Order: sequence, then C-alpha cells, then structure tokens
Amino acid sequence: MDSMKQSARISRQTWHFAEDVRVQASAVAVGPKEGEGPLASFFDKIHADAYAGQQTWEEAERKLMEDAVNHLLQKASITEQDVDVILAGDLLNQNITTNFTAEKLAIPLMGMYGACSTSMLTLATAAALVNAGYADKAIASCSSHNATAERQYRYPTEYGGQKPPSAQWTVTGAGAGLVGIGGKGPRITYATIGKVTDMGIKDPFDMGTAMAPAAVSTLQSHFQDTGRTPQDYDLIVTGDLAAVGFPIVKELMLTQGYEMEEMYNDCGLMIYNPEQEVFAGGSGCASSAVVTYSYIMDQLNRGLLKSVLVCATGALLSPISYQQGNSIPCIAHAVAFEGGA
Amino acid sequence: MATKTKAKPIGSMQMTQQMYQQHASKFQPKRNVLLNCVRAFWVGGTICLLGQALQNMYIHFFGFTEKTASNPTVATLIFIAVLLTGFGVYDNIGQYAGAGSAVPVTGFANSIASAAIEHRSEGLVLGVGGNMFKLAGSVIVFGVVAAFLAGIIKSVLKMIF
Amino acid sequence: MEYVIAFAVGGLICVIGQLLLDVGKLTPAHVMSTLVVSGVVLDFLGVYDKLIDFAGAGATVPITSFGHSLYHGAISEAQRHGLIGVATGIFEVTSAGISAAIAFGFLASLVFKPKG
Repeated sequence: MDSMKQSARISRQTWHFAEDVRVQASAVAVGPKEGEGPLASFFDKIHADAYAGQQTWEEAERKLMEDAVNHLLQKASITEQDVDVILAGDLLNQNITTNFTAEKLAIPLMGMYGACSTSMLTLATAAALVNAGYADKAIASCSSHNATAERQYRYPTEYGGQKPPSAQWTVTGAGAGLVGIGGKGPRITYATIGKVTDMGIKDPFDMGTAMAPAAVSTLQSHFQDTGRTPQDYDLIVTGDLAAVGFPIVKELMLTQGYEMEEMYNDCGLMIYNPEQEVFAGGSGCASSAVVTYSYIMDQLNRGLLKSVLVCATGALLSPISYQQGNSIPCIAHAVAFEGGA
Repeated sequence: MATKTKAKPIGSMQMTQQMYQQHASKFQPKRNVLLNCVRAFWVGGTICLLGQALQNMYIHFFGFTEKTASNPTVATLIFIAVLLTGFGVYDNIGQYAGAGSAVPVTGFANSIASAAIEHRSEGLVLGVGGNMFKLAGSVIVFGVVAAFLAGIIKSVLKMIF
Repeated sequence: MEYVIAFAVGGLICVIGQLLLDVGKLTPAHVMSTLVVSGVVLDFLGVYDKLIDFAGAGATVPITSFGHSLYHGAISEAQRHGLIGVATGIFEVTSAGISAAIAFGFLASLVFKPKG
C-alpha cells in the first residue's frame, strides 16, 4: 500500500498512475466550422448548423456534449449505467451545459471548472479516481460553443465590433473520454496539476499572451518532476495558445533549456485551416478536448504516436473581473499518454 | 503598483510582470493601422453619402425642410442597420470596416439591435428589454450627462454675462 | 459637390474613431462614448453647427451628432424656459433616432434569430 502511495504522488504537482489506466474510448461532436477544418475526418459527429437543431445556443452546446458522450458509450459498447461518474465542465456560468447534460445521462456528476483547461483537469481527476479504485469507469468531458462564449464573455454575436488579430475563435464542440483499467487504448501515465499564474495581462482579446506563462509553468514542473525532456515525447500540445501564445511558450521554454520545436504544436492551431477566418486560432474547452479525443487518441491507437503530452491552458477570468480592472489569471494542466492497443 | 515590479515565478524562472509583458509584446500581431483607417474612411464616408442622398430625397420629394429632414434620414439609416444586423451581415461589415460602420448612427442601431436579438432567448421583458442597452447604454449615458453639464454651464454663463 | 464633402468629412470622423481603436486601444464602447462627448463639447464651443452647414450628412450621420443634438435640445429649451429647460429639452431633438433604434431593435428581436 505504501509503495503505491509513493509512486502515486511523485511530487507536489505531479501524479503517477501505477495501475493500467487507459482511455478505453473517446468521441467528439463539433459544429460546422470545425467540420470544415483539417481534422474533420476524425470527428464522430459534425453538425451542419451551429444551433445543432436546437432553439438556443445554450441548448446547442448541451446537444454537443450529449452527442459526444452518447457516441462514446456506443463505441465502448456500454450504457450510461456502466459508468460510475462523469467529470465534466464548460465555459458557461455555473457550468449549465454540464449540469443539464448530466441530468439527461443520469450519471453521477462531478462538475469542474478550469475554463479552457477543463479537458485535462477532468481527465487527470478521472484517472486518479480510477487508479485508486473509487470508480471502475469514469467519463471525462467538456464542451464550448462560439456563440455562448461570445455572448457571455464579450459581445452579442451580431455586434459589429472589430476584433483585433490577437483575438481567438472559441471552438464549437464537445469531447469525451472513457477512463478505465485495462482493455485497449492509450495509457494515462502522468498528470501534472497546474498553479494559477498571472503575469498582469488584462486584455480579454489576447488570451494567448495571458495563458502562455501558465503553460510554461506546468510544462516545466512536469519535466522536472518526471525527469523527462521534451524529446521524450513524440507530440506535445498546448490547448489553445494559438498564434500569439505558441511562440511565446517556445521561447520561454528555450530560455529554461527545453527545446520544443518539431514535437510541439497547439490544438488551437491544429483545429482550423489558416483560410478559415479565426484570427489567432481556436480557443475554448473544446479546443484541447476535440483534438485530443479524436486525432491524438487515433494516432496513439494506431501506433503513429507513441507518447504524447497534452497541456490544456485556461484563462480564469469573468466579465466582471476584467471590467473591474483585474488582470487575467491562468492555469494549465498536463496529462501524459503512452502507447495504445 | 507593487505587483508590476515584483518578480513572479513562471516555473523556475523569476520574471517581473513588466519583463514578461515586454517580452510577449514582440509576438503581438501588428495591426495594419493604415489599412484599417482606409477601410474605415471609405465605408464611413459611403454611409454618410447615403445619408446625404436620403436627406436630399426627403427634402425634395417629401416636403421636409433642411432642419427637419435629419429625423427621417436618421430613422431610415437605423432601419437599414437593424435589417442588416438581423440578416447576420452587419457583424461582417463591422469586422471589415471597424470604426467605419461603428461610428455612424448605424453602429448605434446595430449595438441595440444585436443585443435585443441575442437576448430574445431570455424573454421579452428581462431578455430584450433588460439587455437592449448593454452596449449602447454608455453612449446614451455619457451623451446625456455631458449635454446636461454643458447645458447648465452655458445657461449659467449666459445668466452672468 | 456636397456629396464629396459629406463623404470626406464623414470618412474622416470614422478615421478618428479607427485611430482610437487601433492606436488608443480603446474598446468600441469607449470610442463611441468619447465621440459623443466630443459632439457635445464641439457644440458647446459653437463649432458643430458650422460643421453641419459645411458637411451636411458628413456631420449629422456620425455618432458625434448625437451629442450635438442632445446639447442643442437642452440649450433651446433652456432659452425658452430657463435652467429647467436643460433637463426637459435633452431628448427633444434626438427623439427620432433613439425611438427608431429602440422600436426597430425590439421588432427585430421578434423577427430575427442571431446567426452567430
């Protein structure tokens, strides 16, 4: 028992999963814009309309999360009854997308908020619960929707205000992963829980600059705690730093002796084509979730990637906090995956 | 502000907020100010041109005078802006033209219409009624307060001199 | 000729707004509020009426004219009824604009759905 405890907490921020914890299945549902992007063939469900056949934007986001989980259950050949707990979150006030979707699914819910870092926050926690035997099967899920995020954090969607080039496009989509012991699928080996980092950036139209330090902080802690270097991974992705934050991370990591070149990418840059007018790139909970639970899981399962580190980054602001002149505190959580099949 | 100069750790780096912001500003995408100004100029100018044409039309064909023609002119421009907002076109114009579509009264109409349309899902009273002035409110408030103060000052000056 | 002047002056006021956005890094709401107050100030100084005579719609269409109208309404009522006129007259001139925006905006919310 003691030795398991030792190998579980390898440092203050980093967890090791000694059991055979795997992402046994994963599924993704997205909106039309994402369906026109380069990763479209990896998505389970692409809606032709951002309303997903619903009456409001908020209902559309719930439909996306519901679709992701339902596709997941289908792929894993199980029902909701077989899942012990769902850990999920979204960007909306009081996590309403998660709450209403969990009610429909009738799975015990642990709602979590990490802004755009929710994907790895929920996955790391799900892995810990499964590893320790508190759950046999757990689902980690999150969602975001461009319209619901815009109307909550910024402007009404039909407003003609001009956005600067550093702005990002919230990804409309939801991703879900099934965590369990054994079976097939990529192994979850480590998770590094981030600390809130705030370097005084106040502009909600420039999240990349605000979030980059959080990513650097978590990535560094991860490498130090595990004794690994970027070269130990075939792919390292950040969640949604996009065109502005991505080069900042590369440079800051380099000054600390970590060279992140060929293996480093960002989900916000991967999900859209450059021609799709998305300013600096994608953002939102779904940015990291959609890329991880479709493309990355696929590549790991087919052996095309052997070890991947996903570092999801979140901006922990609210409309009130920045109107009151506060800067934007950010956080990043990282999960390491290995192998597959 | 103490927090700006105090060093904060990013991982094992100690960096002040100021240092980081300086560092990060290198990667800020540069706004093409000249291009934006050219676009704002021609779109804004065109909207004013349209306004002038409307005004002349109201004077010559509908019997308005120079003084009173601005009322139906403004109302017409507002109507057009609301339609374009409803059809989902105004936000695209706005991204292209920036101040060119925001500064004319059409921008004011768009800010009201877009908020009203967006919040319809929360009902007519609290949603539409309660949120309509989300963006336009500050224009009305500051305009009224400034006019009020300036009016008082001018009246008092007139009384004195 | 009046069309060219309307185009040029209107365009220039928009350029000022664009500079406030891009160089001043103000939000659109801040820019509009600044311009509306400028309209009040310019009318207070007696300049805006001359601008309207010169540029026509180039000066009446931008949001600055809203400030001008608010101030004009306040002052003309004050001339007739004394100091209280400042309060009673403010919305007199702009009534068409504000009423139209509210009424059409409301009707639009009944007819249209946001398209994202």
